[in-house]
Amino acid sequence: MTTHAMHRSNLLLAGILLLALVWLAFPPATSATTTRHIHLDMTQFEFTPSRIQVNQGDHVIITLTSSDVVHGFYLDGYEIQQRVEPGIPQQIEFVADRSGKFRFRCSVSCGSLHPFMIGELVVASNTSYYGAIGLVSVALAGLLIYLWQFKAEPHEQMPA
Amino acid sequence: MFNLNRPIELTERLPILKPILKSRLFQPALMMITLAGFTLAILTGLLGTPAGNRNFGIVFVWIVWWGLLILVLIPFTGRAWCAACPIPAPGEWLQRRGIINRTRGRLSSMRWRWPRRFRNMWLQNFGFLSMAIFSTIILTRPAVTAWVLLGFILIGIVLSILYENRVFCRYVCPVGGFIGLYSMVSPMALRVRDPQVCVDHKTKDCVTGNANGYGCPWMLYPGKLERNAYCGMCMECIKTCPHDNIVINLSAPGGDLLVAKERKLDEAYKAFIMLACALMYSAVLLGPWGWLKGWANMNTLPHWLLYAAGFLLVNLVGLPGLFYLTTAVARRLAGQQAPTKRLFIDYAYTLIPLGLAAWVAFSFGFVLINGSYALATASDPFGWGWNLFGTADAPWTPLGSGWVPFLQTGVLTIGLLFSTNIGYKIARQHSQTHQQAMRALLPLAGFMLLIVLIFLRLYLG
Repeated sequence: MTTHAMHRSNLLLAGILLLALVWLAFPPATSATTTRHIHLDMTQFEFTPSRIQVNQGDHVIITLTSSDVVHGFYLDGYEIQQRVEPGIPQQIEFVADRSGKFRFRCSVSCGSLHPFMIGELVVASNTSYYGAIGLVSVALAGLLIYLWQFKAEPHEQMPA
Repeated sequence: MFNLNRPIELTERLPILKPILKSRLFQPALMMITLAGFTLAILTGLLGTPAGNRNFGIVFVWIVWWGLLILVLIPFTGRAWCAACPIPAPGEWLQRRGIINRTRGRLSSMRWRWPRRFRNMWLQNFGFLSMAIFSTIILTRPAVTAWVLLGFILIGIVLSILYENRVFCRYVCPVGGFIGLYSMVSPMALRVRDPQVCVDHKTKDCVTGNANGYGCPWMLYPGKLERNAYCGMCMECIKTCPHDNIVINLSAPGGDLLVAKERKLDEAYKAFIMLACALMYSAVLLGPWGWLKGWANMNTLPHWLLYAAGFLLVNLVGLPGLFYLTTAVARRLAGQQAPTKRLFIDYAYTLIPLGLAAWVAFSFGFVLINGSYALATASDPFGWGWNLFGTADAPWTPLGSGWVPFLQTGVLTIGLLFSTNIGYKIARQHSQTHQQAMRALLPLAGFMLLIVLIFLRLYLG
């Protein structure tokens, strides 16, 4: 490969990396933090609502109820756990200080589909999601550039 | 320095390995251990508690065994599980009229001929899909799991009575089908050291068998083995080869995918089915949609029929159809000469590393989270209140729930890059020039990026 072509591909790679860094450094803007009151009801084998969206820094208060059997609530990443019996609401509260998508799941065996009774808490801005998209795209672009430039036979190289 | 183009002969580097693999006790010992676990899984499934997470059958089959298979065994050892699998054991032992030693004479069976039209992966494809549409039921009901396992053993025995060798494993087993497909990504492989030795060898003991072992139960000729897809690593050929020419190699992962002459539509479809199933399971089982879980769980028959129809449509038409269009675009962009159908089959092999990565990512989502159930069920396999090892009351402890999405992202990224690289090499086989191959690769890479983005949306979005 010619020095010029190599230089050009390096510049392209650097450009893509820079874009990815900018993307990670300045994620989509979020609104001001606030206190969120959410009612989350559990039945076999779903949560209602199944997806909760808050902003990073929000003070989240969730009232948990069960409409059929004993369920549990476990929030991935925050490791909050609460047992919920029918007719006895429970309350949990936390500050959503970590952004991303966190699954909440039933933590008390409640029937056949218990391990798959799952809901989602999305704490915006979901930087890990956008970061993952950036990572995958940059990695693929990098590989394509590598293949384009470095896998060519000597007589097939791109003109400088 | 490790040269990726030259395989490392594992049996030479680890001299202890050869006598172990040559021992006639080796495989039966593995099978007896797994058969004991398998029998317990069936018994607990039929007699134990119906609560899946408290039943040995469900936890050890669908979490422990599955996790071991998809996260460790297939990626690193290819079909090694098939050497230990208990399902064909009773049938094979009946055929051989013995378990350990090589018995004299031919195998005992009715020696029917396996129909030519089924000498492919199609039965395995449709077997897997038939199970897949019921998977939510099978994965969560101990009794159903037990009947499925028992059914496998019975089919294995019946086929061993009718046909010689491992017809069940080679052409029927739905699990063996995808293990074979993904084992082509694994670095570990059984091969011959010097193919010329096999060419010159007249008696072909690896096929016919001799006093040291049986002819290949998988009906292969090891001298021409270039892929892991159908070699069950039973090691009979290592025992029978009089020239000590069969070895276990470590080589560059994915090399099998470049063996152009072996590519077929049945295997291509297996790649589509497996990728589509990983996507569907990620949505149905790990997603937040309770109504979808209800449909898959057969809460009402009409909804389940709708679910099954959608599931089959995505597997057999949706994903393959989209990929066909992608192939047609790639062919046009690159000006390739090969027919679109040929390219469709060949390029489908680019999806195999990504498919394996997708299954690894999906499995991280529930194996790590639910793995701790194994402690309790090991102590109380039937859920009858036993406490054999003092761990019956071990609490459910999700492992790494905070970093599972990052693991999934990493695995999917590796899978995408691996697949793209394989895609380039396959495109190169159909292209006169490097530029032509790169033009063909772009739509394929776009297709795979789209698939990964859908996974990311499900896991992180």
